[in-house]
Amino acid sequence: MAPDVTTPPAGGTALPPRPAGQRSVLQRVLATRESSVIGALLVSILAASLLVDGFASGRNSGFLILDIAAIALIALPMTLVIVTGEIDLSVASTLGLTSAVMGQLWVIGLPLETIAVLCLVLGALLGAVNGLLVTVAGLPSLAVTIGTMAMYRGLAYVILGDQAVADFPFSWTGGATARLSGTPIPWIALLIIVLAVVFGLLLHATPFGRSLYAIGSNDEAARFSGIPVLRTKLVLFIASGTVASLAGVFWTLQYGSARADNAFGLELSVVAAVLLGGVSIFGGKGALLGVLGGVLLLGTIRNALQLADVSSDMLSIVTGTLLVVSVVLPNAIERVRARRRTAEPPS
Amino acid sequence: MTGVSATQAPVAEHGGNGAVRTGRRIRQVRELGILLALVLLVAITTLTNPNFLSSQSVRDLLLGATLLTILAVGQSMVIITRNVDLSVGSTLGLSAFATGTLFVSLPALPIPVVALAGVLVGTVCGAVNGALVAAARVPALVVTLGTLYAFRGIGHWWAAGEQINAADMPDTFLGLGRVAVLNIPAPALIALAVVLTAGWYLGSYRSGRELYAVGSDPQAARLVGIPVDRRVFFPFVVNGSLAGLAGVLYAARFGTLDATVGTGLELEVVAAAVVGGVAIFGGSGTVYGAALGAMLLTTIGAALPMLRVDPFWQQAVVGLLIIVAIGLDRLLVLRAARRLRGGESRGA
Amino acid sequence: MTDRPPAAPPPLSLVGVAKSFGMVNALQGVSLELRAGEIHALCGENGAGKSTLVKTIAGVHRPDEGRIEVDGAPTEFASPADAQRAGVAVIYQEPTLFPDLSVAENIFMGRQPLSRGRRIDRTAMYAATDRLFARLGVRIAPERPARGLSIADQQLVEIAKAMSFDARVLIMDEPTAALSGTEVERLFSVARSLRDQGAAVLFISHRFDEVFALCDRITVMRDGRYISTDPVAELTVDTVVRRMVGREVNTLFPKQDTERGEVLLEVDGLTRAGVFSDVGFDVRAGEIVALAGLVGAGRSEVVRAVFGIDRYDFGTVRVAGAALPQGRPAAAMAAGIALVPEDRRQQGLVMEMSIERNATLTRRSALSRFGLLSRRSEEKAAEVWADRLQLKAGHLTDAVSTLSGGNQQKVVLAKWLATRPRVLIVDEPTRGIDVGTKAEVHRLLSHLAGEGLAVLMVSSELPEVLGMADRVLVMHEGRITAELPRGEATEESVMYAATGHKEVA
Repeated sequence: MAPDVTTPPAGGTALPPRPAGQRSVLQRVLATRESSVIGALLVSILAASLLVDGFASGRNSGFLILDIAAIALIALPMTLVIVTGEIDLSVASTLGLTSAVMGQLWVIGLPLETIAVLCLVLGALLGAVNGLLVTVAGLPSLAVTIGTMAMYRGLAYVILGDQAVADFPFSWTGGATARLSGTPIPWIALLIIVLAVVFGLLLHATPFGRSLYAIGSNDEAARFSGIPVLRTKLVLFIASGTVASLAGVFWTLQYGSARADNAFGLELSVVAAVLLGGVSIFGGKGALLGVLGGVLLLGTIRNALQLADVSSDMLSIVTGTLLVVSVVLPNAIERVRARRRTAEPPS
Repeated sequence: MTGVSATQAPVAEHGGNGAVRTGRRIRQVRELGILLALVLLVAITTLTNPNFLSSQSVRDLLLGATLLTILAVGQSMVIITRNVDLSVGSTLGLSAFATGTLFVSLPALPIPVVALAGVLVGTVCGAVNGALVAAARVPALVVTLGTLYAFRGIGHWWAAGEQINAADMPDTFLGLGRVAVLNIPAPALIALAVVLTAGWYLGSYRSGRELYAVGSDPQAARLVGIPVDRRVFFPFVVNGSLAGLAGVLYAARFGTLDATVGTGLELEVVAAAVVGGVAIFGGSGTVYGAALGAMLLTTIGAALPMLRVDPFWQQAVVGLLIIVAIGLDRLLVLRAARRLRGGESRGA
Repeated sequence: MTDRPPAAPPPLSLVGVAKSFGMVNALQGVSLELRAGEIHALCGENGAGKSTLVKTIAGVHRPDEGRIEVDGAPTEFASPADAQRAGVAVIYQEPTLFPDLSVAENIFMGRQPLSRGRRIDRTAMYAATDRLFARLGVRIAPERPARGLSIADQQLVEIAKAMSFDARVLIMDEPTAALSGTEVERLFSVARSLRDQGAAVLFISHRFDEVFALCDRITVMRDGRYISTDPVAELTVDTVVRRMVGREVNTLFPKQDTERGEVLLEVDGLTRAGVFSDVGFDVRAGEIVALAGLVGAGRSEVVRAVFGIDRYDFGTVRVAGAALPQGRPAAAMAAGIALVPEDRRQQGLVMEMSIERNATLTRRSALSRFGLLSRRSEEKAAEVWADRLQLKAGHLTDAVSTLSGGNQQKVVLAKWLATRPRVLIVDEPTRGIDVGTKAEVHRLLSHLAGEGLAVLMVSSELPEVLGMADRVLVMHEGRITAELPRGEATEESVMYAATGHKEVA
């Protein structure tokens, strides 16, 4: 089969050897956004350990992990969604609605095992609604999920009003925050790690993951390459909804309280963490490791500031500034470099 | 085809008069649709509960819609250039608190000066956003998500847990909402002026039209010589100033101010613009539509209790409305495209 | 500005202009004189620096060295607005319209006629638009939005825009690619009348018949360098081509005769309301079938539907006898169809991705083991194809956007040939690529047919159609109007059918 073009080319062979100026693998790894986020994370952990009393204790790291658990979980599928160039702002409302449904079902008297399963199904359905509106109806996800954000939160209020259901059995609420035996690490950390590995492999090491980057960079070219763009996006929105309601179940048990306004505004924290982790809001770029770094960085700073008794206002300032700087800085560096080296190829 | 001239009619017909009408109709249909929905809602509510159109409740409704309308106008200008400003809630909060603080610390200052200072706080916030987006070329969603946190944090830091009460502010200022012309409260008149000025500017001035061009295709805008950066910067400043103005009006209306004022408002504002037909990816929509969208969202909130619907339904209804609105937009665009191309459509 | 004395300095000239992007020298010491009352052609292969030159004149790029002179006075264009003020109008290769705005606003953006108080005078703007279209002999409603205009109509709006400037210097960068014969003629008459009014016109095209029919002088560029400028009368197509390429080019269309095999692609009664109707044909193994016709005849739409990008209302598509489900490119690929699409940058490639990843994008699953991608096998697969197609690239890990148009097209071909297709559909396979690569692509297609592939080729270039195809199908307004075997396909018979006249014979 191999078509062999017989005439010799006029100039140049296919693959010249790597020129001397080529940066090494290590240099390239160090230049990525992930590594700068991880670097910032390590520095802030080090600084907090040295400067903040009580930060470096096992007990505290347990709290820290519980604190960021919901954000970490939701950020995983969110990364994949944003890599395809879409966004899901309804996650916190999905969490809230899950929580409200969970409370109401508990009041009715269903066993918690059944409730948990039903909640995950609910999350998948809510995600599917987003996904269908985006793919079948062809609506922009930013607008769709602002809509469903209001709608799901609204439904949560319809179901539970402004009451709270708080009489979950201790075996469950205590279980949610239980530590792995002999360690200060809560078991949820294990779940986060497992899911992170699953989503990480999915994004970086499978054909499916590769197609996400193609879709995010140019979804028309992706379609012309035989990638089922719409189905892929639908699957991601369903994953996002399911994980959001998993986080909802966990949140409800962790705080022992089902409320319609649980996790209000959390969507922006999740998006902030993902963007801080180096994922491009326009899609096509980003790595899961960076996102985990982003989540942990925000969690660490928050935890350290709380321990240091710095008023919580600084947290917002730091979060916001970090987010802006983390995007402005590489942009600025890139532009300075671009002025000196390749800007755009002549066509 | 290479060098072969085909024989055709001397004047080719390219999209005849039908196209003209279609082009115009979309825009009007969109805004008329919102207006119709609004009128329908008011009519039904009034039939159920005649109190709804009592002068007091109309005044309350207009006062309630004022802030959202002003914010939606500014937000629309930003969205039209294919950007978004998520920091408006925080900007409003900061400006409201600044207004209150000025009254407390410098009671001698005349009210207009304080109000102007409040607006200027917003202008500065808007300029920061605009500079970061236009000069540093950072996506607006990211920048304003960052400044949403930053401005709010500055507000908290400044307020340090303090609260400003109505007693700290002059009565004339607090009475602004009770001043009325033809039973229309003064703040609503201010909002009306803002809508008309912005609409007039966007529709009739070169630089206004250029905002649409920038949002429609930034690359092409550069090529035709439009100063894109300036056209991106400017709406952020206007939007910041309007958020500042809304902050001042908030202070006057509610009298009680702390650092949490305006929290979570940003997505409601974007929703109002989107419901009003401003396309989230820029290039189309009007501030009149956005203002109607804001009115509609506010009216729903006011009408539900009158219709004896559980007020907990409000948010769900608003969410549904947003989705219906963008779905309708999409449908109109698709239908128009089909008509314009004579049935051809090339898939997404 | 009409009656300039002949001794007047040229309205625009470039003196020793150089421009580089990083390591790439796009322009080196280019001098060019655009004289009033003259149509000047600029010829060069893709990557010769023509587009960079245009963008320099348009004020998009600033020269690193050298200068631009307007009426003999050195001038600096800091932005496109500066160039426009100096009377330079540009029609770019790709239409740059605002889809949401009206046609009239697209033409007059930033220069709308004003009434009192600096308000835009819409009535005057629409009237002026109507006048412009009247000069072009077309009727496009000024108030309609630009969204939904055909490519040809978009190009006409661009031309009207350039005319509205009353430009002293008009640059046309491949304006005819999407236009039909009549429209090209009208464009030429406009260009001539502008010339006669004393404007300087720079015309860029890959179509030599157009260049020789329209222009007064021809400048040739190669590899970013100025090569020559001569009056048209002193040049032949061969000379120009030789200067562009810098070497002799042997025959462009080397289709060899091949054995015909079984029918591999069968299309029957394919209909999509308003786009194409009752399209039926088959393609045999070893055969190259061309789908000819004017732009907008529905050819690309047909192949998109065959491949499953778009849906259709009626009809069937069969590959080697087996029916293909519609709307599923993945199923088409599994059945052995490959589609090299019309728009390389938008549809063929993911420009930000590396060459390697683009080349293996269609074989993601085949190259993975236990569901996981293997870098090593991807690398190897890409290297094999880069080698076979003689890709000229620095590193396969570089973004595909760093390649020239011709090499980008090779990546698209690699990406599809790697799927080992039985049916290869190519849509405008040589559009916008240089003469040298063009010949390579033609040789490759011929070679592939020789190996038993069924090749379906959509092409707007008549010489390519006539040179390459065993059979020519001609489409007009969504229908197949003629099927011509190689012996009967001539420029006349194809054009006859393409303009809607049923073949009598």
